[in-house]
Amino acid sequence: MKYVDEYRDRDLVSALTEKLHRQTDRPISIMEVCGTHTMSIFRHGIRNMLPRQIRLISGPGCPVCVTPSGVIDAFVELAGRSDVIVTTFGDMIRVPGNTGSLADARAKGADVRIVYSPMDALTLAAQEPDRMVVFLSVGFETTTPTIGATLLAARQQGRDNFFIFPANKIMPPPLDALMQDPRLQVDGLLCPGHVSIITGAESFRFLVDKYGLACAVAGFEPVDILLAILALVKQVNSGKATVENCYGRAVTGEGNTRAQTLVDEIFTPVDSRWRGLGVIPASGLALRDKYSAFDITKKLDIHIKPSGEPRGCQCGKILKGIRVPEDCPLFRGRCTPANPIGPCMVSSEGTCGAWYRYGGLERKNLEGKQ
Amino acid sequence: MCLAIPMRVIKIQGGSDDLLDPDIAVVDADGMQKEVRLDLVDRKPEIGDYLIIHAGFAINCLDAENAEINLALMREMAEGMEDEPDRDAT
Ligand code: SF4
Repeated sequence: MKYVDEYRDRDLVSALTEKLHRQTDRPISIMEVCGTHTMSIFRHGIRNMLPRQIRLISGPGCPVCVTPSGVIDAFVELAGRSDVIVTTFGDMIRVPGNTGSLADARAKGADVRIVYSPMDALTLAAQEPDRMVVFLSVGFETTTPTIGATLLAARQQGRDNFFIFPANKIMPPPLDALMQDPRLQVDGLLCPGHVSIITGAESFRFLVDKYGLACAVAGFEPVDILLAILALVKQVNSGKATVENCYGRAVTGEGNTRAQTLVDEIFTPVDSRWRGLGVIPASGLALRDKYSAFDITKKLDIHIKPSGEPRGCQCGKILKGIRVPEDCPLFRGRCTPANPIGPCMVSSEGTCGAWYRYGGLERKNLEGKQ
Repeated sequence: MCLAIPMRVIKIQGGSDDLLDPDIAVVDADGMQKEVRLDLVDRKPEIGDYLIIHAGFAINCLDAENAEINLALMREMAEGMEDEPDRDAT
């Protein structure tokens, strides 16, 4: 496959790996922000290729995992209404809230449907004119434009039974918050490739200016990830932090301005609660007044009730990068992908799920123990 | 939620500027085919171009020229193996 195979090339992988070993002469901590990176790193066994002194930390880049349990509870409550069809991306359906998951609600008769695209939810609304079809709008910068485009289409069609439950978030504010946490020592950031397609590589520049953090935008193939890690190691070695775009075939400095304009037309930043990180100013997106007729929380006067983490679950600390799944007493025992306690185990991008599926490799490496 | 693999355009449908009749591309990767909307890409792809897809929408039209530069950079960084460890590139 073009644009895939050449980035999995064994010779290139081993040359880059060797170079990384030669260049790494001190402990370096790198955070990968994006859940898709976490998956890719495990799937391709990248941790095993790295020098021991490089420690990879998973960040808060799984949209399902950072959605607080109070919001999940509101999703479940909404699904319980007989006049509502809830539509969602598949990852959300088994995440347990305090009153069960959407899958539990469905088992009790709620109409919950998994969609691949928000457009599928809009199509469903046309087929079910007598019920309210609600799309659970969760996701980061990559997903939000697809929801925006769907809302424009809904408006164009005059669809009045289509709604979203707005819960989208943006990446820069939590990264800013994390970098201020003294418990987290990060030297470099593996910047999310697909978020960067939309926002542009330069959207991470503030981390260089404010914290001297080394940044590299990476694609998702092994060569992409190794190259970006090498770029970060070189930046740390030279003491010159910058934003390096190692995913130039897809990402530009300014990003997808068409998508940015669309999002800006429809959404406006609001303070938002993140699992494990608390409320972060201007880190979430609400619908602008012009589009608020699509907001199911306004239509049905839904309020999010505060609620804690599932008992014993360490997801919050894992999302902050200060704990690894093995530190959680429930990991692999009471909490497994078949019977998840927290969102980090459910989502295909969640750190606990990735550790479970791929064996929790190289704990010593992760912990930076030599 | 991201599909990391770019998919090749094999057909373009629709074509008016009307949102009710949006441009749709049929894309293929390894025999798996999908229809994707083109609302979010800033240039209309041609048959044979590669798209990055997210949630039913193309979010990026891969640039063949940039892809070559990208790959050249990778090869360059991977080669240079005899360099001094601290010689700095890029
Ligand atoms: S192993 Fe389960 S309970 Fe523990 S932190 Fe992960 S998701 Fe939460």
